[in-house]
Amino acid sequence: MYADPKVAAFIEQQFVPARVHVRAQADAFKRLGAQYNAQWTPTILLIDESGEERYRLEGFLPATDFLAQLKLGLGRAAFARSSFADAERWFREVVRDHPDTDAAPEALYWAGVAKYKASGDASALAETYRAFQERYKDTSWATKASVWGKS
Amino acid sequence: MATDLHQIAWTTEFDRARADAKAQHKLVLLDFTAAPM
Repeated sequence: MYADPKVAAFIEQQFVPARVHVRAQADAFKRLGAQYNAQWTPTILLIDESGEERYRLEGFLPATDFLAQLKLGLGRAAFARSSFADAERWFREVVRDHPDTDAAPEALYWAGVAKYKASGDASALAETYRAFQERYKDTSWATKASVWGKS
Repeated sequence: MATDLHQIAWTTEFDRARADAKAQHKLVLLDFTAAPM
């Protein structure tokens, strides 16, 4: 994952990267592994300045899926701090730039939610419902959005 | 010596990473790994 130049450049640009090796840094792993409940490798966490975990990835992913998940995580972190416009921007970028990843339908769902939270306008949810009629129909995210088409 | 522009500058000090992240308004990406070093 990290050998991919796009992934490496994105991580350098967007995050402060920290690494704990489960054997070579056994003491650090004992402390942080327990604190963050890391029971498998790779486990990748996005952590905010208060030390709160905002997103979690467990297991290997190919570069494009990993990049999409990192962007999804940035969106979720922005959402958690009520920066809904920022969150929507990250979610839309996942759908636009990584449309064939598992992250894309999840991002489409959250883009609608973020837009609704920013505007208070329920048409953002209806619009998302309609978008799921066009793509990602067979995903759990389309099922979750289906309720927005019933009003 | 050639520099690899795409090399990730990992820190192994989490507390320092958190302080840096706070100063830079970024998130820490914390990677628990068992990969060969």
